[in-house]
Amino acid sequence: MTDLTRLTAADLAERLTSREVSSVEATQAHLDRIAAVEPALHSFLYVNGAEALATARDIDARRAAGEQLHALAGVPIAVKDIVVTKGMPTTAGSKILEGWIPPYDATITTRIRAAGLPILGKTNMDEFAMGSSTEHSAYGNTHNPWDLDRIPGGSGGGSAAAVAAYEAPLAIGTDTGGSIRQPAAVTGTVGVKPTYGSVSRYGLIALASSLDQAGPVTRTVLDSALLHELIGGHDPRDSTSIDEPLPGLVAAARQGRSGDLTGVRVGVITELTGEGYQAGVSARFTESLEVLRAAGAEIVEVSCPHFKYALGAYYLILPSEASSNLAKFDGMRFGLRVEPSEGNVTAERVMGATRGAGFGDEVKRRIILGTYALSAGYYDAYYGSAQKVRTLIQRDFAAAFAQADVLVSPTAPTTAFKLGEKLDDPLAMYLNDVATIPANLAGIPGLSVPNGLSDDGLPVGFQVLAPAKADDRLYRVGAALEALLEAQWGGPILAKAPELEVAR
Amino acid sequence: MSTLSRDEVARVAALARIDLTPAELDRLAGELRVIVDAVASVSQVATADVPATSHPLPLTNVFRADVPEPSLPVADVLAGAPASMDGKFLVPQILEED
Repeated sequence: MTDLTRLTAADLAERLTSREVSSVEATQAHLDRIAAVEPALHSFLYVNGAEALATARDIDARRAAGEQLHALAGVPIAVKDIVVTKGMPTTAGSKILEGWIPPYDATITTRIRAAGLPILGKTNMDEFAMGSSTEHSAYGNTHNPWDLDRIPGGSGGGSAAAVAAYEAPLAIGTDTGGSIRQPAAVTGTVGVKPTYGSVSRYGLIALASSLDQAGPVTRTVLDSALLHELIGGHDPRDSTSIDEPLPGLVAAARQGRSGDLTGVRVGVITELTGEGYQAGVSARFTESLEVLRAAGAEIVEVSCPHFKYALGAYYLILPSEASSNLAKFDGMRFGLRVEPSEGNVTAERVMGATRGAGFGDEVKRRIILGTYALSAGYYDAYYGSAQKVRTLIQRDFAAAFAQADVLVSPTAPTTAFKLGEKLDDPLAMYLNDVATIPANLAGIPGLSVPNGLSDDGLPVGFQVLAPAKADDRLYRVGAALEALLEAQWGGPILAKAPELEVAR
Repeated sequence: MSTLSRDEVARVAALARIDLTPAELDRLAGELRVIVDAVASVSQVATADVPATSHPLPLTNVFRADVPEPSLPVADVLAGAPASMDGKFLVPQILEED
């Protein structure tokens, strides 16, 4: 009998549609897998078993009654714990929201429920999505399924590990500076940050509102396209939502599977290669370029001279926006309330005590940094300058996209590092995002697809970037590279991952 | 640009309403100094002729029809509050008494 957890979402959806398997069987298989591997991985903060099975039963009944359902109906999904889900705890990885049950659904959640995907649970993450390793989760880190002593990336390490370890075929992530793409790269999975405004932000616990974007986390490019089409498109509840139809993402992924890229111009970003990139990462990148060239793509070199200022601009803009967004955690309306141990119990002092006790180190660092960058006397030098760099980076992209249809780079400079290795050096942790941050600053879409193993036997990711609203190009190029590499490897990259020891 | 002193970090933490222990303050001041020095590079290219960008894509104001829509049930909202009374949030005193 087929192990249902090993199927891609597209394959599982076909078997559900043909009624070869039921959604209850598929959902139960994933819940069993979660029970077996969670002690080792800790991908989930909450497992939603009873409700997921109820959804599955409902979908099976409706399908049996001949109802026309969404293509992914009955395919289980995991959701990052920064997306609000009515009736399910939502903590954003923070103690300040421990036990909070949202009274409403995010638009993403509404669409997932409407399409009939059983929600398996909420995945672990760095607190309020601040981090690149999940080590900043207040509930303990997630482990990388390739090597349990290593980080699964972050902030969305829970979603990436869940998909890589067959706990879920689909997951939702959010990407403010690489939190979908970097975990994808270090776990051998696929992750897509859509164009800013392609997927509604209504009901995401905001980190940096001008950078945040939710997107798919999957094992194949086609599965990402299917999920992106499900969660994407205009939402009147998000004023920054793009009021246009999505481009044909699934069609582009299917076209890409043919492996023909004749006439596609692929730009290699000079500033995102070479120094600072692990040798095995650079080697796989160069090999992938040859694969694209052999598929008919034209490879050109492009320069984005202001990218070296992107990290600085990002770590001013993000903390500034976060310091404002996180002001709502004041101990008054939801979440934790801590009273000061001595003196008057006033609102202001309760707020200080609550935030002092409820926020972790990285959140405190960034809120204080952002408050500083926005404070009188420093605003122009820091926040104002960062906004100008944002303009320069957008101009770099505009010039580069005049020469190329897509831009490419390694997704992350290294493979998964050891747990604890960078925890005491915030700046070293920030450098993981050096290749992913520019896309967020410019609002353009980006995808990471596995492109081999480094010298250390750990997976490497290949990043594809496209102009705003041209997300379809990511799927075409990503699917082509995936198909051509899988033909070389004789199967998906995850087939090379060690089998996890299963708890019984 | 100024360097970030321990006193400055304490002042900003108070503005941000985050109580810090002396040990946290020592550590954060050191870490933030390193981070601020690194990010200050942005001022090298942020010349007067470069316009600022606050948002990735051009924004237009968005309105919905001026028609009342149901709000969340009060009980559901208060269920997540630290304290409530008579259908309202119950909060500590707002103003210090002299």
